[in-house]
Amino acid sequence: MRITQGCFSFLPDLTDTQIAAQINHCLEQNWAVALEFTDDPHPRNTYWNMWGLPMFDLRDPAGVMGELKACREANPENYIRINAFDSTKGWETVRMSFIVQRPTAEPGFRLIRQETQGRKLRYTMESYAVGRAPEGARYAP
Amino acid sequence: MNAPEQAPATASIDLAAEFRDAGIGEVLESLERDLVGLAPVKRRVREIAALLLVDRVRQRLGLATEHPSLHMSFSGNPGTGKTTVAMRMAEILHRLGYCRRGHVVAVTRDDLVGQYIGHTAPKTKEVLKRAMGGVLFIDEAYYLYRPENEKDYGQEAIEILLQVMENQRDDLVVILAGYADRMERFFESNPGMKSRIAHHVDFPDYSNDELGEIAQRMLAGWNYRFDEAARRAFDEYIVLRRRQSHFANARSVRNALDRMRLRQALRLFDSGATVDAEALTTITESDVRASRHFQQAEADGAQ
Repeated sequence: MRITQGCFSFLPDLTDTQIAAQINHCLEQNWAVALEFTDDPHPRNTYWNMWGLPMFDLRDPAGVMGELKACREANPENYIRINAFDSTKGWETVRMSFIVQRPTAEPGFRLIRQETQGRKLRYTMESYAVGRAPEGARYAP
Repeated sequence: MNAPEQAPATASIDLAAEFRDAGIGEVLESLERDLVGLAPVKRRVREIAALLLVDRVRQRLGLATEHPSLHMSFSGNPGTGKTTVAMRMAEILHRLGYCRRGHVVAVTRDDLVGQYIGHTAPKTKEVLKRAMGGVLFIDEAYYLYRPENEKDYGQEAIEILLQVMENQRDDLVVILAGYADRMERFFESNPGMKSRIAHHVDFPDYSNDELGEIAQRMLAGWNYRFDEAARRAFDEYIVLRRRQSHFANARSVRNALDRMRLRQALRLFDSGATVDAEALTTITESDVRASRHFQQAEADGAQ
């Protein structure tokens, strides 16, 4: 199951040219671009691993694309996303976030039904990938 | 870089029109107009601009050319306009489409080299990332290499720099700047660096007349002016200042003018009289002659 988080996630994967164009847009808005990666794609897992520090003062997407390339080489079977942070007063938040790499196979999520008092059901979900292996070995090719 | 449309090889292209369309004419003109002297530098900049323009046209006709190597080295004494020309160069490269943004990131050794093991690489890469799409101007580049200390981290910065200069030639143009003799020694000990730099530009010292002209332009820029006598005194000042150590061409002129403005302000303040625009903008002979270089010269003459 293809996970859909952030912008463009219902579209086909962006090509590198398209990614660079999106980054270019972010830089034109003076947003700081950061790379993050994870192998736990649960929607409530907001804290992904940071790939280096957010990149401030950039003028051109080439710098980010270089980091993205390095991150892909180091984490070939992980999810990688690009966050663009707006530091303007009043916003001070991530304005845009999109996935730029996903594992080749995404097994999806299992719905867990837990029966509690009075036949009440509690629902939660768990990624199959997370369930089957510890961190770092989840999406091994 | 914008990919120009391919035209048939038989087509002819009007170079003058190309030149106009690129809009580099204005930049070259303003270079010619705004900068005093520097004739050899201006000629080199023109040459480089012409080469890039011709290259672009050739590409349009399908005559394959290597992406030209644009890394440069500017050597010359302090205050000879290296940084200023680098800014103009960035503008020219930007207009010709050889540089996407045309911004200049000016750094020195401190911005590239770290203080402990493992600190240099991230620092250098950070700077390189900021400079992507523009020009990285490394002032006093020879400080990167310290042969007397083999554990120096400068070498690491140089290696990263070389790698990017080679592999990401269309993302970044590197300009190294510094004193001529030290640059020469730096290139001798770093042949890799020398071979990757295509254009060596020498910045000559300004003549006394040129410095006088520069002073007048600077003052005009700040809405000041010399009166007749002050101008003559300033010419004398330049002669005296040049003999002193640490003479830094236009930068020395700038500092001298700053001090003269201070003296002028104090003079007006002490006189207590009402002032008009004329008095506020004029630097008089006494403001110039109060410089310690005149007093020193007098003392030397008396001896």
